[in-house]
Amino acid sequence: MANGIRITSEEVRHLSVLTRISMTDEEVEIMRDQMADILDSIAVLREIDTDGIEPTAHSVGLDSVMREDVSSDSISLEDALSNAPLIEGDFIRVRAVLE
Amino acid sequence: MTGLDLRGLTIRYARELLDSKQLSSVELTDAYLSRIEEIEGEVNSFVTVTSEVASQQAVFADRLIALGEQGILTGIPMQLKDNFCTKGVLTTCSSRMLENFVPPYDSHVTERLKSLGAVMVGKGNLDEFAMGSSTENSAIKPTRNPWDLDRVPGGSSGGPAAAVAASQCTFSLGSDTGGSIRQPASFCGVVGMKPTYGLVSRYGLIAFASSLDQIGPLTTDVTDSALVLSQIAGYDRRDSTSLNVKIPDYSKNLEKNLDGFRIGVPREYFTEGIQPDVERSIRDAISILEGLGAKVSETSLPHSSFALAVYYIIAPSEASANLSRYDGVKYGHSDRDAETMWEGLERTRQDGFGPEVKRRIMLGTYALSSGYYDAYYIKAQKVRTLIRAEFEEAFKEYDVLAMPTSPSTAFNLGDKTNDPLQMYLNDIFTIPANIAGIPGISVPGGFVDGLPVGLQFMSGALQEQKLFQAAYAYEQATDWHTQTPSL
Repeated sequence: MANGIRITSEEVRHLSVLTRISMTDEEVEIMRDQMADILDSIAVLREIDTDGIEPTAHSVGLDSVMREDVSSDSISLEDALSNAPLIEGDFIRVRAVLE
Repeated sequence: MTGLDLRGLTIRYARELLDSKQLSSVELTDAYLSRIEEIEGEVNSFVTVTSEVASQQAVFADRLIALGEQGILTGIPMQLKDNFCTKGVLTTCSSRMLENFVPPYDSHVTERLKSLGAVMVGKGNLDEFAMGSSTENSAIKPTRNPWDLDRVPGGSSGGPAAAVAASQCTFSLGSDTGGSIRQPASFCGVVGMKPTYGLVSRYGLIAFASSLDQIGPLTTDVTDSALVLSQIAGYDRRDSTSLNVKIPDYSKNLEKNLDGFRIGVPREYFTEGIQPDVERSIRDAISILEGLGAKVSETSLPHSSFALAVYYIIAPSEASANLSRYDGVKYGHSDRDAETMWEGLERTRQDGFGPEVKRRIMLGTYALSSGYYDAYYIKAQKVRTLIRAEFEEAFKEYDVLAMPTSPSTAFNLGDKTNDPLQMYLNDIFTIPANIAGIPGISVPGGFVDGLPVGLQFMSGALQEQKLFQAAYAYEQATDWHTQTPSL
């Protein structure tokens, strides 16, 4: 089916690093073939002449919205920590970042 | 009151029963909770049934009604898709990643419905992180179509659409990034509406693709849809893309005829992939619109054919950024066995996300990576400009466009789970509205072999009134919306 878009297992492994999603060799192979199919179907966009066309990031043309700098209540410390997998005192405990 | 039939119950009729004191909200809520208990095992439209919350809210609603302080939604039992944050109530996004997540705050719409006295009976099932078209990507369980339990309800708001169709709630709220309200509404024979981008605040809606996501109602009929939208739309400073516009009562002044109404039928929405019986139903529907006085003509939107490709660059790109927050540190699934921080992060995301979510994160990361950014992401954004411009031109000539919601009726569970591309094609007719930021609605438009067909209308940005007008006139000329599954 693929008529040009090729993606290698190496590229998928690299994406697995970038996205921080571990993958087994089998998962890499499946992902490689499915991504090639999807990228192939997306390739139709090359047919369209977009010279001089501005990109659209948002469908509604909004400018940056500024608000007054007023203080208000935020969620409590207890609420903020309520879903943390591991806490110690008032802190979220994480694994060592520096080895 | 005994013998209350919940099937096809509208908000307006429930309102009458409540206001005339024929029924209390507690009684109405109990009736729905019994109905849920009775059929939920077959339909699976809920991730969580919130009986206790519902009972408390119903008592509160009855108090408001006794004081004469009720609004249109006070005491009305409803469901929220499980990607809306609900303070103190489990919000899973149908993902392992959030299977134990209890939000410390309410989404804008949750807060709004609470303050109006609406009663939440539960949280609706969805494709994980709203990515999918059949609700089979739910990591919790697949939802079944109330019209045929062997078939999918569509997705990603499959739970909400099935719950409304099966009369497990009077209405539900969903989110629509590429058709996730309209396509399941079509498969389940209910009304599903996606407003103009920015009309309803996304604050507290768990983000998928931020430039496309929009919240809207799933209801029994068009008037209910208009009523709910009038209540949930409006400016909210907590969503930086929220539109500051005046919100009318969309349910007012809906007419039964369409005299002088200009309707365009774009030929790109009747392509070869469409099921012939679905096309026939939609052609019949268009004849009905003509009979109601509308001036109907064929038109062409050539760039619409590229919307699907644009979507599968933009949506995964935005998703890959939005979903980078799931790191197992602050909340959500967390692998505790790994030795190092990186290993913990990588395993958390390996176990926490399902295959479709991973596929989209990878695809988005690929499209945004150096060397591919211009060829994919910027190219897609440029074509997005062309798609928008084409719609803007079309709406100079037409009040609304009419087309099918989806190329087919509901398919069997398991039919498309191994072929992502086939699954993506379900949304080929709904995606263009998200790309352009314009509103769309799916209304019941007939049946094929006992399965509902959806008729879709699109209008220009902020022209919701026209959209509801066309949908209402069609609905009133037909009786598809009054039919309910035998469940």
